[in-house]
Amino acid sequence: MHIHFLDPFIAGQSAIHRLDPRVKFVLAVAFILTAALTPSGAWPVYVLLFALAMGVIVLSELGVGFVFRRAVLALPFVLAALPVIFTLPGVPLFSLSLGSWGLTATADGVERFVSIALKSWISVQIAIVLSSSTPFPELMVAMRAARVPRLLVSIFGLMWRYLFVLADEAMRLLRARSARSGATGLPGMKVGGSISWRGRVAGGMAGNLFLRAIERSDRIYVAMLSRGYDGEVRDLPLPPLRALHWLVLICGVALLGMLAIFGFLFYG
Amino acid sequence: MLYAPLPMHIPDGFLSVLVSLVLWAATILVVGYSLRRVGQDLGERQAPLMGVLAAAIFAGQMLNFTVAGGTSGHLMGAAIATILLGPWAAILVLTTVVGVQALVFQDGGLLVLGANIFNMGIVGVAVSYFVYRTFQRLANGKPWGIFVGGFIAAWASIFIAALAVALQLAFSGTSPANIALPAMGGIHALIGLGEGLITVGALAFLYATRRDLVTAGEGQVKASSAVWVAGLLIALALAIASPLASAHPDGLEWVAEQRGFLDAAREPLYNVIPDYVLPGIANESLATILAGILGALIVFFIALGVAYTRRKRGTAS
Repeated sequence: MHIHFLDPFIAGQSAIHRLDPRVKFVLAVAFILTAALTPSGAWPVYVLLFALAMGVIVLSELGVGFVFRRAVLALPFVLAALPVIFTLPGVPLFSLSLGSWGLTATADGVERFVSIALKSWISVQIAIVLSSSTPFPELMVAMRAARVPRLLVSIFGLMWRYLFVLADEAMRLLRARSARSGATGLPGMKVGGSISWRGRVAGGMAGNLFLRAIERSDRIYVAMLSRGYDGEVRDLPLPPLRALHWLVLICGVALLGMLAIFGFLFYG
Repeated sequence: MLYAPLPMHIPDGFLSVLVSLVLWAATILVVGYSLRRVGQDLGERQAPLMGVLAAAIFAGQMLNFTVAGGTSGHLMGAAIATILLGPWAAILVLTTVVGVQALVFQDGGLLVLGANIFNMGIVGVAVSYFVYRTFQRLANGKPWGIFVGGFIAAWASIFIAALAVALQLAFSGTSPANIALPAMGGIHALIGLGEGLITVGALAFLYATRRDLVTAGEGQVKASSAVWVAGLLIALALAIASPLASAHPDGLEWVAEQRGFLDAAREPLYNVIPDYVLPGIANESLATILAGILGALIVFFIALGVAYTRRKRGTAS
């Protein structure tokens, strides 16, 4: 069993797939920034941002259902914002009573909560489109263009290269453990000894993984040295942006800027 | 399974722009300095070692053990990375892990990536380092310092990082301090026990097989009192600020004042167009409906265009 399913990239020929990764990256971050800047309760702006995200999803030909399903993964964190419904002062909306406890929800609180949930949901959709339509090497090009230090970019690259190798090793470790401790997968079957024993076993596996990783990194380093590595990270200069991509970039940033200003002016 | 199960990766939308940008600035400074320091210490070995270890931490987060009632213990890895590699390299490793989680797997947002790196990388590492070094000194070279220190360092890295997350949420007005702090702190005080158990297990394995890594690892050679002090300060600040903030949520009043200040700064902008919503639109819900119609039209026409080009491509090939 290999872990290539880890990579969220989905090959395609859509307009979004073919867009320069630098433009995609800047626009995705600008979109998320716009969503973050939008004041709570500015519903028209949220509707337009959502429509924009939907438009991008449709253009990317990834499938609306696919993006929505993956976007659900980010939702559990919404729980962290739930209490704000009851604690923000404002017009009372409804009351809950849990035994002797009384909670009063306010309209302002609900507005804040829905705004936070919407912001995060729309933002994560754009992030999904970015990572599903851009292979990792192109993301690294975007990072270089964003002036991330070269060394850090090359650490990212090596990490991505060996992530699959080490994730495979981690899965082999997990499989070996289930084989030896007779995991049946049946509900109610107890597996292994006490909690601290299980923790120690998992820890031993982690230690094993780190040890293999450190030794592997030694071998990789020696292999790199023997191929002429001298500590300097060299890469090809970035190609210039094509005129069409410049146009997309400028139009996108202008559009998002207008939406942000619109939100500020009328709802800020 | 592929996602770190700790509710600690903040998604986009939960932090205010101000908090995100301030933490980005802090993160860039510290990571930039770490790059320099690690470059001096490790030289050209740096890139392969950091890259592969970041991959190992990421993969190590898949290793779990069942606790009770369908929950399981996992590894975040700040403590073990700090113990094996020293603080500066650990910061780089965790920056890479958290960065890839956000960029590729949407585990944490992009705008708040600075905050996530700050919490898990910088706070987690500094606190681990402070606790671990302190126990090492207390134990004076005896092995119990490694294991007790490792357990408490792992627990504290999770707990203090969770307090940092809760405080940031409170500052952003996303979650009230008097609820977020006890909730995040309480949950992670338990999750931290799992982290501690795995970390001790890993240390025990490494102590038995490669004692040199644990006793003479980079973390020991490159002792840095600046990081020790930073860890102490972060731990103290968060440990003191948290109960204060949760006992007196009004203590965050100055944030509200800041908000008021920002609103005031925005006032003249608003006055440019007084009592005027959109040309010809006086009603807010009408504006929302119009925006909805406009949005639906945009999406409809894009879908139409994509369907058209798809058909053309289909017939062409």
